[in-house]
Amino acid sequence: MSENQWPLWEVFIRSKQGLDHKHAGSLHAADAQMAIENARDVYTRRMEGVSIWVVESKYVHASNPDESASFYDPANDKVYRHPTFYDLPDELKHM
Amino acid sequence: MSQQTALLQYTLHLADDALILGHRNSEWTGHGPILEQDIALSNIALDLIGQARNFYQYAATLQNQADPAAAVTEDHLAYLRDAWDFRNSLLVEQANGDWARTILRQFFFSAYQFYLYERLQYSKDAKLAAIGEKSYKEVVYHLRWSSEWVIRLGDGTEESHTRMESALSALWKFTGELFLPVGYEQLLAREGIGGDLVTLQPKWMEKVQEVFAEAGLKTGEGLWMQTGGKEGRHTEELGYILAEMQFLQRAYPGCEW
Repeated sequence: MSENQWPLWEVFIRSKQGLDHKHAGSLHAADAQMAIENARDVYTRRMEGVSIWVVESKYVHASNPDESASFYDPANDKVYRHPTFYDLPDELKHM
Repeated sequence: MSQQTALLQYTLHLADDALILGHRNSEWTGHGPILEQDIALSNIALDLIGQARNFYQYAATLQNQADPAAAVTEDHLAYLRDAWDFRNSLLVEQANGDWARTILRQFFFSAYQFYLYERLQYSKDAKLAAIGEKSYKEVVYHLRWSSEWVIRLGDGTEESHTRMESALSALWKFTGELFLPVGYEQLLAREGIGGDLVTLQPKWMEKVQEVFAEAGLKTGEGLWMQTGGKEGRHTEELGYILAEMQFLQRAYPGCEW
């Protein structure tokens, strides 16, 4: 990234009241205010949102893909962690 | 001048202002300084062209009532009138220049539209009131966006400040015309149909000075003001805009795609 480039921001959009904000993408902006306006112009042109969050990308800490074996594989053979071992009465619907 | 004639002229004036500035902004599409701002300015261009369409459709209705034999559509009004028929302010036809000049032109005009449409929502003409109400929300955002850019550039680096000052010296002389009512504006302001520009001017000046104070810029008070656009006397810029904008309809009349 060149020195003259604006920092990168991650954009989260809530599409409807009551729903969660979802990651929509990222964009460049000089500050938080501009990031929100850019997000409005780039990601809500077709009525996609009612609320916008932005966070500078450098503040997002992510898990390391190289560690995915030790991070996620051990959960593979632990089926008992799923709530599927209960006997449900026949009368109970929609579970 | 009858009220009906004034209303047609006024509606065309509002339409032409929006169309010409929308077209100017659209010249930036694909050339913006950064992708996100390219989209932002293109969105504003689309808002303005949308406003222009609403006004042209109404103007076509008015014109067809007055002269049913020579029926026109919104497209006739946008693409087949010549420069002296256009009623836009001189400010909106000025060349884009650099980003600073485009920003300042938008700021001056959005601040004007902000107070004009705020008033137009209460026009005694129901159609103008409806268009004013719909467009006002768009303009609120245009004003916010352009104000922040004026501050960012004016109070930015030495380079950006110099560019804003040069934009200011190029554009200030076109701001007086916005508030100098011509015949059709005077008549409709009296009837409660159009905005009363004389009362809008102090509000506009206050807004400009508020933003300029934060941006470290000074208004050019007491300077001579250029006028004429609202009565069809334009700068040479307009001819070049129309040549490009109207080319297709002139070369292939009635062409659609």
